[in-house]
Amino acid sequence: MNWTWFYRMGSPLWFYQSTSRWLPLLSLITLASLTAGLAWGLGFAPEDAKQGNSFRIIYLHVPASFLALAGYFLMAIAGAIGLIWKMKLSYIVMKCAAPIGAALTFLALFTGAVWGKPTWGSYWVWDARITSMLILLFLYFGVLALQYAFNSQEAGNKASAVLALVGTVNIPIIYKSVDWWFTLHQPSTIKLTSAPSMHPDMFQPLLVMILGFYCFYALALILAVRVEILKRESKTAWVRELVEQLGRQKMGAK
Amino acid sequence: MPESNRGFSAYFRRDLLLAYRRRGEVASPVIFFVMVATLIPLGVTPEPDSLKEMAPGIIWVMALLATLLSAEGLFVSDYKDGSLEQLLISPNLLVMPIFGKVTAHWITTGLPLTLASPLIALMLSLPSVAYLPMMAGLALGTGCLSFLAAIGAALTVSLQRGSLLLTLIVMPLYMPVIIFGSAVVQYSIDGMAWSGPLAILGAMLTAAIALCPLAIAAVLRLTTIN
Repeated sequence: MNWTWFYRMGSPLWFYQSTSRWLPLLSLITLASLTAGLAWGLGFAPEDAKQGNSFRIIYLHVPASFLALAGYFLMAIAGAIGLIWKMKLSYIVMKCAAPIGAALTFLALFTGAVWGKPTWGSYWVWDARITSMLILLFLYFGVLALQYAFNSQEAGNKASAVLALVGTVNIPIIYKSVDWWFTLHQPSTIKLTSAPSMHPDMFQPLLVMILGFYCFYALALILAVRVEILKRESKTAWVRELVEQLGRQKMGAK
Repeated sequence: MPESNRGFSAYFRRDLLLAYRRRGEVASPVIFFVMVATLIPLGVTPEPDSLKEMAPGIIWVMALLATLLSAEGLFVSDYKDGSLEQLLISPNLLVMPIFGKVTAHWITTGLPLTLASPLIALMLSLPSVAYLPMMAGLALGTGCLSFLAAIGAALTVSLQRGSLLLTLIVMPLYMPVIIFGSAVVQYSIDGMAWSGPLAILGAMLTAAIALCPLAIAAVLRLTTIN
């Protein structure tokens, strides 16, 4: 089997050039779906019978929680690819995914707290799922802290990749914790196996928001990776050429 | 004796001997465990009823902190005097010596903590029915904690100030152990069958024995040889 395509993907230059082509389209989709989802969810979706308008925070909370978890997996997989195939690019992806994931985890916790105050009567409840999200945030912090603790970038990359992999052992527990403990948190609303227990009018904008958040995540990750690539490859010929070209363009505009 | 077992017993005996030579250091986690547990009634309340409710949690949190405190030294002295590198370049399996070292670590921290726990349980007025489950849970659980802490110790071994970072990266991994550990004690106080959470602790220890030495070996290779 021909593996050159796989190795080509590991090249920072290839990544930089091919994402340049896709960035405008991706930004457009992100902007459109986030705007549409927010307007639909916040403005037009029907009010909840019990919770009133406060339920609308799920349009941020649910997608953020999804991506907080998915982002951890992505980070761990990128780390594993880096460890196995020694690809530069996958370490860069891992490094850039950590702060984005941590921010989304924080957003999920924050929106949950804001929603919890009017609904449960308190900002913070020691419920299984909330606690697991907090632990997930700590896992992200650990990976971030370890990444920057080493003087050599390579050692930091490898160490945090292993830590991310070890942390994935906790992810199934985070998911399962909902079943294990008595919990205040409502059971999952969206299941792949059965119809959602939500009214379609409320559910459809949520889907749009989830799509928007995935695109936003991809966009944020790609932009962060591109910056990191330029930083790490700043001494190579192609980056110098790129800078010179940009300089020429600016001069021409003036 | 097969080659792999020799690696285990050699490092197991060596680390125990080293611990025996530095008895003062070995005693400090246990003293820490007892002292901090006595601070809780001073800080919260001396009321036996409320202490009884908090006792399982206090005992487990203290045991966790005590193992974390001692974990930092697991590989550091070997790293500094070069014997860790010798271990890494030796042709034998790396897993067995690591398994021996972690087992020795458990014998010098987890086991004394388990044996000292009835004393704290007494001071926190834990009902006597809970003593046996608590000790069984601590024996299995501190084993898990030792293996997990060893991963953290291996990750931070080459760093100057690794101890705080070690705490930061290992603490989230302790969550399942502490949940089921205190569940064992709580179930026995409530008069329910406590073998369920204890079995889960046992399963976690088995998984830790099987997987953690592999992870530790990989980590040591990655972080110490550059």
